[in-house]
Amino acid sequence: MKNFNKVFTVIVLLFLYIPMIVLAVGSFNSGMDIAVFKSFTFDNYKELFRDSVLLPLLLNSVIVALLSSIFATILGTCAALGIHSMGPRLRRFTMGVTNIPLTNPEIVTGVSLALLFAFVGTMMKINNILGFATLLIAHITFNLPYVILSVMPKLKQMDPNLREAALDLGCTPWQAFYKVVIHEITPGIVSGALMAFTMSLDDFVISYFVYGPRFVTLPVEIYNYTKKPLQPKIYALFTLLFAAILIVMVLMNLLQERDAKRSRENRRAFRRGKKVGA
Amino acid sequence: MKNKALAAPYLVWMALFTIVPLAIVAYYAFTDAATGEFTFANIANLGNYMPILIKSIWLALISSLICIVIGYPVAYFIANCKETTQRFLYMLVMLPMCISFLLRTLAWVALTEDTGIINNFITALGLQPLPLIRNNGAVVLGMVYNYLPYMIMPLYTVIMKIDRRLIEAAQDLGCNGVNVFKRVILPLSVPGIISGFTMVFVPAVSTFYISQKLGSSGTTLIGDVIESQFKTAYNPNLGAALSLILMVMIFICIGVMNRFGDEEEEVVTL
Amino acid sequence: MSKELIRLVNCQMAFDDEIVLDDINLYFNDKEFLTLLGPSGCGKTTTLRIIGGFIKPTGGDVLFDGVRINDVPPHKRKVNTVFQKYALFPHLDVYENVAFGLRLAKLPEEEIDERVTEMLEIVSLKGFENRKVSQLSGGQQQRVAIARALVNRPKVLLLDEPLGALDLRLRKDMQNELKRIQQAMGITFIYVTHDQEEALSMSDTVVVMDKGRIQQIGTPEDIYNEPKNAFVADFIGESNILDGIMLEDRLVKFFGRKFKCVDFGFEKNEPVDVVIRPEDIDIVAPDDGHLCGTVTSVTFKGVHYDTIVDFKGFKWLIQTTDFYEVGSYIGIRLEPEDIHIMHKSEYSGMFGDYSSYSAEYDEMDDPDLYPEDAEESEEASEGGKDEE
Repeated sequence: MKNFNKVFTVIVLLFLYIPMIVLAVGSFNSGMDIAVFKSFTFDNYKELFRDSVLLPLLLNSVIVALLSSIFATILGTCAALGIHSMGPRLRRFTMGVTNIPLTNPEIVTGVSLALLFAFVGTMMKINNILGFATLLIAHITFNLPYVILSVMPKLKQMDPNLREAALDLGCTPWQAFYKVVIHEITPGIVSGALMAFTMSLDDFVISYFVYGPRFVTLPVEIYNYTKKPLQPKIYALFTLLFAAILIVMVLMNLLQERDAKRSRENRRAFRRGKKVGA
Repeated sequence: MKNKALAAPYLVWMALFTIVPLAIVAYYAFTDAATGEFTFANIANLGNYMPILIKSIWLALISSLICIVIGYPVAYFIANCKETTQRFLYMLVMLPMCISFLLRTLAWVALTEDTGIINNFITALGLQPLPLIRNNGAVVLGMVYNYLPYMIMPLYTVIMKIDRRLIEAAQDLGCNGVNVFKRVILPLSVPGIISGFTMVFVPAVSTFYISQKLGSSGTTLIGDVIESQFKTAYNPNLGAALSLILMVMIFICIGVMNRFGDEEEEVVTL
Repeated sequence: MSKELIRLVNCQMAFDDEIVLDDINLYFNDKEFLTLLGPSGCGKTTTLRIIGGFIKPTGGDVLFDGVRINDVPPHKRKVNTVFQKYALFPHLDVYENVAFGLRLAKLPEEEIDERVTEMLEIVSLKGFENRKVSQLSGGQQQRVAIARALVNRPKVLLLDEPLGALDLRLRKDMQNELKRIQQAMGITFIYVTHDQEEALSMSDTVVVMDKGRIQQIGTPEDIYNEPKNAFVADFIGESNILDGIMLEDRLVKFFGRKFKCVDFGFEKNEPVDVVIRPEDIDIVAPDDGHLCGTVTSVTFKGVHYDTIVDFKGFKWLIQTTDFYEVGSYIGIRLEPEDIHIMHKSEYSGMFGDYSSYSAEYDEMDDPDLYPEDAEESEEASEGGKDEE
């Protein structure tokens, strides 16, 4: 059974990576048709770096993802702290609201925001309300629940006495937060922020309904592109992105392990030095 | 900081950008496009789209079930690996999701087209090309492929949390391997199955890109109809009515599902 | 003996509609070791948290040195707390945990180092400065928690069941250790526990609480020898509690027989509760006994036998070093000092009957301990896995 599961897992992983392989191979293909491999070339990559459309669009995506994830992380962390000190009834209500964007189909979220913006647009007599601002608002909205759901469990796990111990030892409530509580929930905040960033970077469905022609993100542009045959330089772009993400992920795993070890040693060395000095 | 008021800005935000928009959807669904007057016409019109809605539900349901069948052994295997291996495998499962799903779907188009990679290979062998694309099967394939990680994620989290001592206790009480699985592990993974099912079913039933690329005119889904009402046909009132019915249907589904198991606030960490 | 430091005046606490503390009046003297003792949910921890400043009483006043401190936040109070599960900061090592309060007070580095080192020596943790908190055993964590609180030189140290998570042996050692530290530092300890033995062996003063009310305040000897009501008599040690009639001063009637006793000041013919401690009862030959009964069960307890004797259908617990077989017919003698008389209270008739005696009563006397532990370990395992 164990062996069957092992083989099966390998097959499923292969299944998950087939398109990745197709894209990567396609990025080195000199022909236009991804299904027919003509000859090996770096031309697609060269063309990508000369391209004046794709890279700015990627930058747009990164800007929206960065801003929306930062804003959602701050707002969401505050919200999690607030929810944590709520009574059960209010908390259930708030978590219910938090779950709406998570359970609602993306298309409904997109459509509802589009209608809201259209509504506000007509009310305020603004013709093209759709643009950077609406995109950012939409992204913050769907990022918020991810931040809250990553921070909440860390707060729940935390010994409630920890905060009280800090107050007891002379911390003001604010000091108790940044000297003690934040250390306990940082992993949650970081994973929430990362999740928000990736979700935002990759979002197509919601963006598609609230973007304006003045500010287009990469996924939206790809959708518009794919109505025509795709240019191979897009494959090159995504092969690079995939490689970058892969490297970052592996590095992060390695760093996390080393970090824990090093900080312990550092403090020990520091203490030793101080003892000698005194 | 311990203060309920910290959640106030968040609640205001959610009211403005989640609750109010949904209210507007409902408002549009019940008003006439031309006159802005109250009407049931849009809702009445939904009858025409029933076959499409049923087809969407049907395909999403099949995809979700396939995801459970494929995802469970994988999640089970990962959850029983060494901790470092677990982390690595989990990362491998999640990684494809970092690449735009549009492009991954396109890669499947390239693979399954009549003159695509697979068929080129088959014809090179001197065989007849297979009709791999533009049918229900291709749409299901696209859904399974895109949303499988969403199934593996919660399943893995739940299976990993099962106390190993429970399995030992079951063995101690006379369960063999099959019975341990049937009587202990499977019932304990129900919350994971439910949350995985929701996470696959909801995006699958409302997708519009997968069906456009891998399907044909016969596989138009409810998502495609909604999208066209907003982007091409421009009838937002009908689109709103369709969205409303989709949303209501999904909330009923989730409500029914949650009856089966007390679902906790499950967290999905990347 | 010494001056009063803290006083609670008519303190009340209610969470929603549930009254947790009902009109508590209590004072704490300087340099005193005072224990709040009671079953879980009796309000002892709530009282401690009010003194610590973590919650505000819904009624009444808290006075410190005669000044009302109801609205003073915890960080401005001259009290420090040792929490139930220690609440050590996991992101700091032992040294930094202890130095935490001093750093906040912005003391010079040399003084911090001096005081932390000195404190770690007092709690016998020298050499553990750079350890991570998670690498310490329960007993060591507990001592860090004490050091972290005491290094700030508080006037009062609050301890919330600090030994609850330790095993029996370590608990005994730490009891002596705590008493020693308290005497060495010369400060007030306010100690919360549900363990009566702990309370009796460590405290100068014991406050027995139940249902949000103080049942009795006194020295350990007072509490044990002169319990005020059936609850106290039963909660502290073992007691046979019988219905009796106080005929006149120093004469009580129960089981149809008149007994001399040492209590007085009751009304004539007042119905009372009669307490007889199981270890005070002398077993004699049936002919010499004031009362005669049949042994129904014997349990060996190490130092003594727990012997259950049936007197006309009412079962008594007698602790004796002599062994009497089940079924043997014996007599008992009660001296006047063995009999303690209490006024009737709401607890009358609820305790002190060993008819449903089971040999496990010792382990069962703090049933609330176990669910709590289970919850804790569940949380811990959840916590460990969530990090994935």
